[in-house]
Amino acid sequence: MSSVRVLVGTKKGGFILNSDEARKRWKVSGPHFTGWEIYHMKGSPADPDRLYASQTSGWFGQIIQRSNDGGRTWETPGGGMTKSPEGMPQGESNKFVYDVSPETGHPLTTHQWYDGTQHPWEFKRVWHLEPSLHDPDSVYAGVEDAAIFRSTDGAHTWHELSGLRGHGTGPKWQPGAGGMCLHTILLDPSDPGRIYVAISAAGAFRTDDGGKTWKPINRGLKSNYIPDPNAETGHCVHHIAFNSARPHVLFMQKHWDVMRSDNAGDDWQEVSGNLPTDFGFTIDVHAHEPETIYVVPIKSDSEHFPPDGKLRVFRSRTGGNKWEPLTKGLPQRNCYVNVLRDAMAVDSLDSCGIYFGTTGGQVYASADAGDSWSPIVRDLPAVLSVEVQTLQ
Amino acid sequence: MIRVLLPFHLRRLANVEGEVELEVEGLATQRAVLDALEARYPALCGTMRDHATQQRRPFIRFFACAEDLSHESPDAPLPEAVAQGAEPFLVVGAIAGG
Repeated sequence: MSSVRVLVGTKKGGFILNSDEARKRWKVSGPHFTGWEIYHMKGSPADPDRLYASQTSGWFGQIIQRSNDGGRTWETPGGGMTKSPEGMPQGESNKFVYDVSPETGHPLTTHQWYDGTQHPWEFKRVWHLEPSLHDPDSVYAGVEDAAIFRSTDGAHTWHELSGLRGHGTGPKWQPGAGGMCLHTILLDPSDPGRIYVAISAAGAFRTDDGGKTWKPINRGLKSNYIPDPNAETGHCVHHIAFNSARPHVLFMQKHWDVMRSDNAGDDWQEVSGNLPTDFGFTIDVHAHEPETIYVVPIKSDSEHFPPDGKLRVFRSRTGGNKWEPLTKGLPQRNCYVNVLRDAMAVDSLDSCGIYFGTTGGQVYASADAGDSWSPIVRDLPAVLSVEVQTLQ
Repeated sequence: MIRVLLPFHLRRLANVEGEVELEVEGLATQRAVLDALEARYPALCGTMRDHATQQRRPFIRFFACAEDLSHESPDAPLPEAVAQGAEPFLVVGAIAGG
């Protein structure tokens, strides 16, 4: 008997929602880490009871939490302590320090600030945690200011893969409205050396050697809000997704435009088609139909709510261009919530389940690939992220 | 013995209730108190001071004896009443709005 576990990060804590494979009745656990912003929680594909959570605060900084029992109990890894040569206590599990060592790192250059001047790189928070596909103790972290870190000891210690920040275009990166964040990490299941990341507002990047070297993969993106709309970097990519059986085909929700790439990001084509607006944050792909994709169109630049007050998921069964609105069970009047970039996920049951959370605190689920929807919970704090585990 | 009062979120993180009582060797300074606090509760490392620079986080304040000690040198002696345990050392999350 399969079951589903939904991990929900919110502005005021984390929640864990469990159901059997019927996905009709849900048990809600939480809030975990009450009062803290939980940017992201995700489980290890290699050990589904191993969960990682990014717990963060503008006041108190970054905490990484880890569970070994599916979220029933949590710990801050690295509870022990090392001492610096000066005898200063040093925590480790939440220690994200850019690697500037001559041997392994890159000098800490500046990046572009909102006004076009250069600004120092400063760590602020972890936006996304991506556990390894094969090792429960290995996990990647996408952080603000944009960089990628890796832990190979269960989040006790973190080391920057500095080739990304230091590969050369960093001084041209700039923060989006939410900060200069590395928010998307995709691990290619067919090639252990290949990782995709996305940064607002720098664009998409790929490594083919496990994170040593990186290159921008933004050819075909066009952004009229930067001086050169076709620039190599500077694009505000909101999210990227793929079907794990076809990881070289990527789908992107950009600040404006829905895009696809059929060659691992080397080239992109717009597939916005008949969407009511091509702005949005999230995008995901059906677990079994690699040409079936989902977006939630949002009005912009300033509104950031659904057009006409109707919360609609749009589905394309043709890999883009032709889209159909999915409305059954979703509010079709007076709805002015947003769906953020990491707040949609799919399960892998035979009838693919789709899940998304809103800034109004609802988590909606569809057990029939989007044909109909119902709220699992309605009144959580604003939802920042949604992840799903399909448990056997 | 030095008494430290943490804000709610850090009490939860350290899994403590009420005040924390610490033994601090040598001169009682901010640095000595924070070192002792982090040594007892490693989960607090990085939440009050930056990992790399050891600078106070911008939205953290240190109060004691009705004084704001946030901008004092971390190696300056704390008030005698704090060093003697008569008054607590307060770690406060700055109030930035209503």
